[in-house]
Amino acid sequence: MKGGSNLEKILTKGEFAVTGELGPPKGNDVEAVKKKAGMLKGYVDAVNITDNQTAVVRMSSISASAICLQEGLEPVMQMVCRDRNRIAMQSDIFGATALGISNMLCLSGDHQNFGNQANGKNVFDIDSIQLINTVKRLRDEKKLLDSDEEIEGEVKMFIGAAANPFAEPYEYRPYRLKKKVEAGVDFIQTQCIYDMKMFKEWMKVVRDLGLHEKCYILAGVTPLKSGGMTKYMANNVPGIIIPDEIIKRMTSAPKGEGAKEGIKLCCEQIQELREIEGVHGIHLMAIEWEHRAGEIVEQAGLLPRPKVD
Amino acid sequence: MIVADRKPIEDIKEMLTPYKKILMVGCGTCVSVCMAGGEKEVGVLASELRMIDKMENKNWEITETTIQRQCEREYIEPLEEKFKEADIVLSMACGVGVQYMVEVFPEKIVLPALNTTFYGTTVSEGEWEERCAGCGECVLHLTLGVCPVARCSKGLYNGPCGGTDMGKCEVSKELDCAWYLIHNRMKDLGKIEMMGTFIKPRSWKQSLNGGPRKRVREDLKK
Repeated sequence: MKGGSNLEKILTKGEFAVTGELGPPKGNDVEAVKKKAGMLKGYVDAVNITDNQTAVVRMSSISASAICLQEGLEPVMQMVCRDRNRIAMQSDIFGATALGISNMLCLSGDHQNFGNQANGKNVFDIDSIQLINTVKRLRDEKKLLDSDEEIEGEVKMFIGAAANPFAEPYEYRPYRLKKKVEAGVDFIQTQCIYDMKMFKEWMKVVRDLGLHEKCYILAGVTPLKSGGMTKYMANNVPGIIIPDEIIKRMTSAPKGEGAKEGIKLCCEQIQELREIEGVHGIHLMAIEWEHRAGEIVEQAGLLPRPKVD
Repeated sequence: MIVADRKPIEDIKEMLTPYKKILMVGCGTCVSVCMAGGEKEVGVLASELRMIDKMENKNWEITETTIQRQCEREYIEPLEEKFKEADIVLSMACGVGVQYMVEVFPEKIVLPALNTTFYGTTVSEGEWEERCAGCGECVLHLTLGVCPVARCSKGLYNGPCGGTDMGKCEVSKELDCAWYLIHNRMKDLGKIEMMGTFIKPRSWKQSLNGGPRKRVREDLKK
């Protein structure tokens, strides 16, 4: 076992994993974290705790992860390269593992221009692939970056990263995953998938490179809430491709039925993803829709979640 | 070249308000090429200031001059008399020029008329773009001549993030994604395997993070 987490055990056993997503509050409201954790508990194997996503200041990922642990929900602590240098990152990884956090996701991070601190200075001391490699070194060699001094204690961490099959240059994207695998990633979560054909093409190259046997791949899904949201995402979110037929299906849903149609579509997508060789689970990003996550997992036939130990 | 932008006229006006005899010094090198602080720009700014002076009774006496380079002592020293006569000096050079004039004439206050922005080039008439971050450890051999430090908004060393959109950066549709350019160059030049090379975390000591930098060549020292 690398991190010894529930998520790692489920994947190692060959079960189809389900991870969710929990955005911490824009403040220190503990109850808000507990409430969302309560909505997801029992429906997902682990939950990503976002790290100041879209560069908007929120409760830290490490704190919200610790709260989730207390609530009995396993966290995947996200860590972005935007806000910390290598000193802070390694220190926070020590701290996170000391608190019992055993999954993390290494990300570049959205540029600060998107958020509410657009005048801030970014860090990017190391990039996401270098971060993966740094965590692996802490875990496997018990050494800090650029140092041969042995660390005190053990860093047990199941190392994750993201992959986006829908960002240019498309032909390079499987090779970028290869680079992450070589850097030491254990599992990856993909950007939300709407263009199934494109995802299948990406997966084919991933399989040809043998990457599905070297890391666990969780396919990203985000339920569409309405026709308006569908159009907004298609036009405004970089790195997301929504095919016309989905836009048409969502925008032509009867008034008040958008959410229902979105969930139905999401469940169909999950079924289709389950059948793809090399997909080991799904990552359900029900953004600010945590209360519907359980319903989606249930409708998709993914309940009860397996118990492992 | 070093590219700069003139500060807003309001800011310059505010800086100069307490003074009477103003010496404006242009620089004939980089900022002249990027049309921010050469002889011509000194003339334009001086006219604007004289208009303000007329309308707002500032009692300014403005003298204009432009030297070849404000970053070299031999060009600055001949300004001694002009410096003596002035209450204040307004430099239209980059930040290096402002500071070096202070070092040559420490008894004077030198104000910056420009915001020094980047090391770059003229991409088309009236348009300049950043190309180098002066980071102290060049990787252009690893990225086939496109700098990820200066040109990727996140300074990534190992390929594009997930935000590339139609070859543009997630930060702005006006910005090319540096890694998209690097990828395409590698592909076009038959070196696509370079995209797979892991670039290890670098040392930032050679950059500003190691403290202000200094270059010494012992063989040239007297």
